[in-house]
Amino acid sequence: MIALGILLVLVLLLVVFGLLFRLQILTSIFSGSLTREIGMSNRVNAILMIIFMVVGGGAFAWSFIENYAKMNPPIASIHGYAVENMFWTTMIILGVAFALTHLMLFIFSYRYQHKDGRRAFFFSHNNKIEIIWTLIPAIVMASLVFAGWKEWTKITGPAPKDAIVLEVMGKQFNWLVRYPGRDQKLGVVNYRLIDATNEFGFDLNDNNAMDDFTVNEIHVPKGHPVLLKIRSRDVLHGVYMPNFRVQMYAVPGMPTKFWFTPTKTTDEMRAQLGNPKFNYELACSQICGRGHFAMKAIIVVDEPDDYVAWFAQQKSFAEQNPDVLASFKQKSDKLVKSKNADAAAVMTQTTKASL
Amino acid sequence: MAANIPTNAPVHGMPIMPRIEHDEHTHHDEHHEQSFLTKYIFSQDHKVIAKQFLITGIFWAILGGALSSLFRIQLGWPESTMSWLTPVLGKWVEAGKLNPEFYLALVTMHGTIMVFFVLTAGLSGTFSNFLIPLQIGARDMASGFMNMLSYWFFFASSIIMFISIFLETGPASAGWTIYPPLSALPQAIPGSGAGMTLWLVSMALFIISQLLGGVNYITTVINLRTRGMSMSKLPLTIWSFFLTAVLGLLSFPVLFSAALLLIFDRSFGTSFFLSDIYIAGQALSNTGGSPILFQHLFWFLGHPEVYIVIMPAMGMVSEILATNSRKPIFGYRAMIGSLLGISLLSFVVWAHHMFVTGMNPFLGSVFMFLTLIIAVPSGVKVFNWLATLWRGNIRFTTAMLFSIGFVSLFISGGLTGIVLGNAALDIQMHNTYFVVAHFHLVMGSSAFFGLFAGVYHWFPKMFGRMLDEKLGYVHFWLTFIGVYLVFMPMHYVGIAGFPRRYYAFTGFDSFSQFADLNKFISAAAIFAFFGQFVFIFNFFYSIWRGRRATENPWNSNTLEWTTPINPGHGNWPGAIPAVHRWPYDYSKPGAEKDFIPQNVPYSQTQSSNLPNEREMAE
Repeated sequence: MIALGILLVLVLLLVVFGLLFRLQILTSIFSGSLTREIGMSNRVNAILMIIFMVVGGGAFAWSFIENYAKMNPPIASIHGYAVENMFWTTMIILGVAFALTHLMLFIFSYRYQHKDGRRAFFFSHNNKIEIIWTLIPAIVMASLVFAGWKEWTKITGPAPKDAIVLEVMGKQFNWLVRYPGRDQKLGVVNYRLIDATNEFGFDLNDNNAMDDFTVNEIHVPKGHPVLLKIRSRDVLHGVYMPNFRVQMYAVPGMPTKFWFTPTKTTDEMRAQLGNPKFNYELACSQICGRGHFAMKAIIVVDEPDDYVAWFAQQKSFAEQNPDVLASFKQKSDKLVKSKNADAAAVMTQTTKASL
Repeated sequence: MAANIPTNAPVHGMPIMPRIEHDEHTHHDEHHEQSFLTKYIFSQDHKVIAKQFLITGIFWAILGGALSSLFRIQLGWPESTMSWLTPVLGKWVEAGKLNPEFYLALVTMHGTIMVFFVLTAGLSGTFSNFLIPLQIGARDMASGFMNMLSYWFFFASSIIMFISIFLETGPASAGWTIYPPLSALPQAIPGSGAGMTLWLVSMALFIISQLLGGVNYITTVINLRTRGMSMSKLPLTIWSFFLTAVLGLLSFPVLFSAALLLIFDRSFGTSFFLSDIYIAGQALSNTGGSPILFQHLFWFLGHPEVYIVIMPAMGMVSEILATNSRKPIFGYRAMIGSLLGISLLSFVVWAHHMFVTGMNPFLGSVFMFLTLIIAVPSGVKVFNWLATLWRGNIRFTTAMLFSIGFVSLFISGGLTGIVLGNAALDIQMHNTYFVVAHFHLVMGSSAFFGLFAGVYHWFPKMFGRMLDEKLGYVHFWLTFIGVYLVFMPMHYVGIAGFPRRYYAFTGFDSFSQFADLNKFISAAAIFAFFGQFVFIFNFFYSIWRGRRATENPWNSNTLEWTTPINPGHGNWPGAIPAVHRWPYDYSKPGAEKDFIPQNVPYSQTQSSNLPNEREMAE
């Protein structure tokens, strides 16, 4: 019934609209504005251009200032500050260009609106001006590129040797994290070994894997470079940590990496923001399916001492899952046995053949 | 049948002599009885084909816009119940909530429809077809038959894409960029099953349509120009359509190869893009493939594609700005040069979409340099448009308003490209709403504005009637304001790091601060969408009931306005006019009127000839 009512209202509105439209046409025929080549509406539109510029520009400036504080994710990494500076410097340059070109666009539109009896200025080209306005953007671009390139090579350059290494693996729809353990070497993993318990696909025949441990919450020490090794085990994901200005895809079959140095502990950031619940978050930035919007992990930045203490408490995957370890032992024993058996079989074959 | 169609193509096996006009042939084409089927459906007349592209494009634009309204409702009001949409969406509303996979399908289809079906086929399909023969002085395209095929391949492709929306498992849902492995594995998302298959088939047909069209446009522009129409006298519209067709011809086959390899991976067990995958409790046997390879192939088309979308709009806007400012376009040669520069550079910037995919950072540096260079020709174009307005005598026709709107949106969206092209800044901005805002302004909205400008400007030539100006003004201001209300605030959301293609932002504390702004954006988007119905009404009403057009309603210089009000197949009833001058002789000092059409010889305009033109008057 309500639907019918809404439909009826819509139809009536359309009828009213249609009638108004006809009325408008009829009045313009009677007033003769259809036969005049340039009517009053030319002037109205020119004025609207100026109004749009003033009101629109004002609203934009106001809303920008109003939202500015909410816009910037608080920074907590060394390169984050550099990137942030460059971003806002670029934005200021762009803002100037934006304002100047728009002023010209709307003011010219208003100022040079049609006037009876006036002729436009026949002005087809001017090489000097054109060279100037090609060169100026080119120079500005060149300096922006140069600054960007310097920062980019620094950020993507090799990680310091003493960096803390950890691995983040994306899967539908959460993040798995492992640390290399005391030996500081990540063990071999193989996607064919993955199952419900061994989610990473640890190959426990590899000695380096024996002390690797997995965690739910990422911990990193403040002031120390951290090298994230990134992989995915199903589809593309994106490791995105806005507070650290870190983003890198997780690609199945192609490990990627990103290194950064955190500058504020979680507690410091909580105090700074006055928000005791604040956490550094890791989000997925590359569409990966149903749960894309909910792939979250928490990163805790500790004081270095706390980090060491936390690290010491962690139990390795092998220690926590003795049955997985046992099955690896069994399998490898079997493998050795079967290899021996194969070798023996080959041997007998060859001996037979040679006989 | 083909023999009845008057074209510049060789008749009875005569060799092509492009510059020599077949003036002697008199074309009584209007007298040929054509059935409804050959006149309106399987027509080989470029003007009818153009209208077919346009109307199909309008259909797709309404659908694409409606899809965006649906997902904007979800983003604006993530906590509210969606049960009231059940009559439309059926099982995709589960217990009052939109299915998150269907949300991704909506985003994917919105992107696919808008980029390919509206802004590629609907925009360049319409205006390349309509304007190339009319503005260069040809009777039709080089091959009317291929042109017809181009539309019908597009139609078939449209039907298949449309059907895919109604599949049980949903349409393709891996984003319009269809990155594998997500798009390759139905286990990863149900839309990658039958929906993705139909997407790929549809896109293959679409590419065929583009190639048939592109070959035709290029051939026509090179071979069928009328007497006197040298390349340096072409209107900028034709230059832009020509270069657009070249871009399409060189880049679409690469997308085809990517689609083909993806089909192989999906159906025939190859591993071009798949490696080391464990999904749905199973380790797949594929090894050695690279998902990044797909991205390289995709963006090798994907980047030129954005110029395929924007360049026709640039060309039309240049033409409309000059006509309605009553001034020559400023820096005609610089405009052509910048189009050439953009076309060339557009092929060597693709990997700026891939800075943080794990691609070698050195490659990232190279692409950063190349990307920021492309800002220079784009800047030149903007300055030239502004200089064209300067000291003009501007008539605000609706087309003119949309052209000014185009310049504004192109500036606003283009500038933020300088941020995104900088690899160091892209680390933070990649895949956020900053990107969404950027490309919706610079290639989405501004290409739409170019499309509208073109429709308002050439509607009289298409249908012999005028669109209602007042409704046009209402449409323009609603759209212009609406678009800015949607996309300016979206930048703030992007700077705050909100990732795109998120069903909701409620799960993250980092992304909790802009709930109100998201509501605002959604409301503005829906408002702007409904504003478009003013245009739809105006368009269909005016086709039959609009005010009758005159022959040259805008006092324009180009050749299409020398045809009769309703040109028949063959365009000019008599001989094709010869061309004597460039198309931008507006407000020439000493001239009687403020425009001199291209077909007026210098001998008739002694009073206004410039020194170098005097000898040509002889």
